[in-house]
Amino acid sequence: MIAALTLLLACQLVGEAGARLFDLPVPGPVIGMALLFLGLRLRPAAASEGAPLAMVAGVLLAHLSLLFVPAGAGILRHAGSLVAHGPGLIVALIVSTALTLAVTALVFVKVAALVDSRPDETP
Amino acid sequence: MIAPDLARVETLWVYLAADPLLWLTVTLAAYVVAERISARFGRHPLANPVLIAVALLALILGATRTPFETYFEGAQFVHFLLGPATVALALPLHRHWSLVRKAALPILAALLAGALTAVVSAVGIAAAFGVPQPILASLAPKSVTAAIAMGIAREIGGEPSLTATLVIATGILGAIMVTPLMALLRLTDWRARGFAAGLAAHGIGTARAFQVNPVAGAFAAIAMGLNGLVTAVLVPLILRLF
Repeated sequence: MIAALTLLLACQLVGEAGARLFDLPVPGPVIGMALLFLGLRLRPAAASEGAPLAMVAGVLLAHLSLLFVPAGAGILRHAGSLVAHGPGLIVALIVSTALTLAVTALVFVKVAALVDSRPDETP
Repeated sequence: MIAPDLARVETLWVYLAADPLLWLTVTLAAYVVAERISARFGRHPLANPVLIAVALLALILGATRTPFETYFEGAQFVHFLLGPATVALALPLHRHWSLVRKAALPILAALLAGALTAVVSAVGIAAAFGVPQPILASLAPKSVTAAIAMGIAREIGGEPSLTATLVIATGILGAIMVTPLMALLRLTDWRARGFAAGLAAHGIGTARAFQVNPVAGAFAAIAMGLNGLVTAVLVPLILRLF
């Protein structure tokens, strides 16, 4: 378990260092994710059900929502500035998020049907 | 019985309120309660655990007049785990890699269409309402994960702290809207639904996707990563038009 957690942190650390060293616009953890992904392609056994890495990752991802709570509480500080700019910002947020969801999913489905890649068979 | 010594209670509060332990515990407790409420409502999209936990914390921090900085000294331990959790997204990505590879073309098309829609519609609508330029710059990267969004905002003359707020608000909105919207559009493909959630609503959308379906979660994780890259390139180009 500790080795698995260390591996996750090490990937992040290398990612953070790489992002700073090469001035990349990508955050360290995202580079870390890519590194770990490459590692798993080479050693798939580490990702198998019951492996320590799979268990640690499972716990973290099962409660991904919890990890956003502190940042979420942070919006309280700026709630005033959201309202201060009138309805424009709020309307833009709501409409744009709905549009983005719809366009992304519809384009995905249409193109998938065109190239005839089979959709997932889960109900 | 000894009457409660108010001075001692106050001393205790002064100690506790400044100690990270209290606010770490309160953060976890707020989440546990939010999770229970969310489960009680059958994971209804409106009963979003992040939204409920934040609302509870707002009440508690407001009632105790606790400054955010004090709160965050405790909550930072939870916040810190966002990094390793992001790295851990490599596992679902690896597990569903054959599905992902097969969907390379739909992924690419949806990525470009979605990234463009996110930036143009947000900036366009806000501009139509007369929102001033520095605020538009803070709004443009709202759909991508906070670290990338704040970097983009800084580069184009926005306010990174306002961007962080808009990013979190977008995430919560997206996580709430995705399920009813997809039902309305009669979209049942978990790949498409997850990809849309991750693209429009970054990590909070991804958390929602994992809550609903593992394939949706994997596609949400990819969308979140890719949209960060594409938006970083798109935003400076698009903002020149406004």
